Amino acid sequence: MSELTFIDGYPEYMYESIKKVEKTRDRRIGKLVPQMSQKQREEILGRYHPDYTEGGKRRIKHGRNEGDLAPNELVDLLEALPLVKEDDVDLDKTDYETDVLIIGGGLAGTSAALLAVESGIRPERILLVNKLRHGDSNSTMAQGGTQAADRPNDSPVIHYIDAMGGGHFTNKPDVVRALTEDAPVVVKWLCDLGVLFDRNDDGSFVELSGGGTSRKRMHACRDYTGMEELRVLKDEFKNRRINVLEFHPVIELLTDGGTVTGALLWGLETHEYRIVKAKATIIATGGFGRLHIRGFPTTNHYGATGDGIALAYRVGARLLDTDTVQYHPTGAAYPQQIIGLLLTEKLRTSGAQPVNGDGDEFVFPLEPRDVEASAIIRECYGNGKGITTPSGMRGIWLDTPLIDIINGEGTTRKSFPGMVRMFERFGIDMVKNPVLVFPTLHYQNGGVETDPYGNTNVNGLFVAGEVSGGVHGKNRLMGNSTLDCLVFGRRAGVAAAEYVKTSAVDGKLTLDHLRAYVEMLKSAGVETKRRAPVLLPDYRGRAVLARMIDVL
Amino acid sequence: MDREDIMEMIKESNRSVTTGMDEKDIEHWVTIYVMGKEYRVPAVLTVMQAMEYAGYRFIRSCGCRAGFCGACATVYRTKDDYRLKTAMACQTRVEDGMYLVQIPFSPAQKALGDIESEEYDANVFLKWYPEIARCLSCNTCTKACPQDIEVMDYIQAALRGDFEKVAEISFDCIQCGLCAIRCPAEIVQYHVGQLGRRMYGRYGLPREENVEKRSKEVTDKKFDEEYEKTMSLETEELQSVYVEYQKTREVY
Ligand SMILES: Cc1cc2nc3c(=O)[nH]c(=O)nc-3n(C[C@H](O)[C@H](O)[C@H](O)COP(=O)(O)OP(=O)(O)OC[C@H]3O[C@@H](n4cnc5c(N)ncnc54)[C@H](O)[C@@H]3O)c2cc1C
Ligand code: SF4
Ligand code: SF4
Ligand code: FES
Repeated sequence: MSELTFIDGYPEYMYESIKKVEKTRDRRIGKLVPQMSQKQREEILGRYHPDYTEGGKRRIKHGRNEGDLAPNELVDLLEALPLVKEDDVDLDKTDYETDVLIIGGGLAGTSAALLAVESGIRPERILLVNKLRHGDSNSTMAQGGTQAADRPNDSPVIHYIDAMGGGHFTNKPDVVRALTEDAPVVVKWLCDLGVLFDRNDDGSFVELSGGGTSRKRMHACRDYTGMEELRVLKDEFKNRRINVLEFHPVIELLTDGGTVTGALLWGLETHEYRIVKAKATIIATGGFGRLHIRGFPTTNHYGATGDGIALAYRVGARLLDTDTVQYHPTGAAYPQQIIGLLLTEKLRTSGAQPVNGDGDEFVFPLEPRDVEASAIIRECYGNGKGITTPSGMRGIWLDTPLIDIINGEGTTRKSFPGMVRMFERFGIDMVKNPVLVFPTLHYQNGGVETDPYGNTNVNGLFVAGEVSGGVHGKNRLMGNSTLDCLVFGRRAGVAAAEYVKTSAVDGKLTLDHLRAYVEMLKSAGVETKRRAPVLLPDYRGRAVLARMIDVL
Repeated sequence: MDREDIMEMIKESNRSVTTGMDEKDIEHWVTIYVMGKEYRVPAVLTVMQAMEYAGYRFIRSCGCRAGFCGACATVYRTKDDYRLKTAMACQTRVEDGMYLVQIPFSPAQKALGDIESEEYDANVFLKWYPEIARCLSCNTCTKACPQDIEVMDYIQAALRGDFEKVAEISFDCIQCGLCAIRCPAEIVQYHVGQLGRRMYGRYGLPREENVEKRSKEVTDKKFDEEYEKTMSLETEELQSVYVEYQKTREVY
């Protein structure tokens, strides 16, 4: 392609399509494509959703979940060899002795730490370790909001029903009850800590609906919800003087043969290992977007490589719902610098409509995410009505100017400062022009199975947040994930504290389970050189990689 | 079109962002200087992506990759310009002739205290961060802020003890530290903003009635019976209850 002429940040040919979108705008206001029937939903999912179409998954061949389907990239992770061998490290010298070890400092891990303190564990007996900085996480990036059924026409039970329906009735009922019943308590907790949820002039919350919710119950902080929630929790965490160790990912759990007794850390910068002994261990490592399932770009942070699942599986934890992955319907498709980054569902909740290259609407804007994503893929690849970008991606328009038209001038800037800023940085005004979107890899629906208190089937091991499975079933609704992390982070903190006080054992620190795991891989016929956890993705240019040698 | 083909096509169209870039896909190049060393990189990339293309694998200076976490603070200068500019590496496109360095960390001190036992008093800011009294009103912080926040204004509001203004102005702060690094008075603006927001949220805003009421109802186990009833439904029954609620859906 030679030089392109740009108008308002778009190449001329894309801008011509924007003109068509403008032409149909008046007709589309207030008129939505009807929601699909259950049957239509199933059909479109089967044909166009990356989870349902052939070629993306295979069966797990070993361990607790033998026979279960999972994305190839996840099975690769489970079928990988450990990063260290038992004799590489001296496990007799413990560097840290703790009551509660928390792995990962997103909303789940940080909440767990605070509640462990509240349950009587001394702050100096807690250690939170993080791969990157405390706070570099998916939690920081949550834009749209957190669900809690607190309005008079709503109830936790209706929230329960919505979450079950959204998950196609495959969710674990007892954990969904905990999720929805704790929600108002959690939101109140955050308010008391000083979180600034959006308010109306009379002091009541501004609450919006989300895809699949039957009531308005989304609590947002502009479009920086997760950032606001986490920075407040982090501030409280620091004020309480809880120990934290950054840039030290866990590369293996330690066990006494059955019970988890601590973890092995690796210094990202200095490359030395460290050993933590812990009475209780909570995994809160978040999701796996950076594994780029099916080659999709992702909304996730740099460290989202699914480490927690690999670690937990090696010590015998059971996984649940590994077969589904959430693709967010609206990731940025243009410009190239921000491909895959999230355009929050709240934009559609506020009136933005998906529109094809001819300017025509083609789907109800707030279908459950998997259905909405499939409809967009169909429009681009099945119906050929998408726009192809200079980098070769296809996408459809999200008609964002509607937000100001419907809600009044200035709404977009006020409610979506983060989004407006992001596009402005790359020369696009989303208040004036629509933005191009395509589904992006967003969320790990499945994960380690827990009970409503974060207990796993492995003694001494607790799990909370995105790394867990069960609560969202096969599909998560917007606003239920930050909630999940807060609810089960808190619960796991309480349960771990209780466990420390009542039933923790003073076990040995060994890596014995690795030998058994590698044996298991062998007997399942897995031959591999892959190693896990992955820790970080690699985006270095191919030309450099081809010439890289190790001499120092 | 074959379904698997569609997935293959999608994968192919995303290759340049899901793996390192291949030279053959690059049309336009620019030259940048990372800590003084020259690299030729694709013109379409962000500073962060360009450094990766050049061979850096980030440990520091890379978190969310989307402008939310403040890990990738960058100081740079462009060709023939003496001014030092600031930006987030994940949110800034490379320019030809850019000289840049990452500032992954600012050794700023955060005061430790207890919000819960604090009074909602205008002097709180000076108590926690007495150094704000040294503000020279030079506006350097505002100029440094990649979020275009009027940083000086919220420091001035803190000096007046105006919690609401501090909260409102500082809200979009991603705590990147660039303001603090540039401040001649060694003020740690972003921690001051955090204190103001928490104080305002805790004491300045009214308690929200609905959530107060509902969380009490939950603690009083008001929903036990309804949960038990709903949870005992067969999937098909639950499905029809779900459909009924979806019909009464509040959309906008
Ligand atoms: C862009 C975006 C927008 C979102 N918007 C919403 C929304 O509007 N509403 C909603 O409810 N949900 C939303 N979500 C989902 C939600 O934010 C996340 O699912 C949730 O915050 C995950 O929290 P977590 O604590 O489980 O994990 P994270 O917040 O990801 O934290 C995990 C931490 O563990 C660390 N870690 C990982 N591996 C290791 C290791 N081996 N050793 C040590 N540390 C490790 C990571 O570095 C990270 O800091 C969004 C997600 C994204 C990515
Ligand atoms: S840079 Fe420092 S001294 Fe200057 S206005 Fe900002 S806070 Fe005040
Ligand atoms: S106020 Fe300071 S820390 Fe916050 S975003 Fe602006 S420059 Fe960064
Ligand atoms: S990496 Fe988080 S703001 Fe750039």
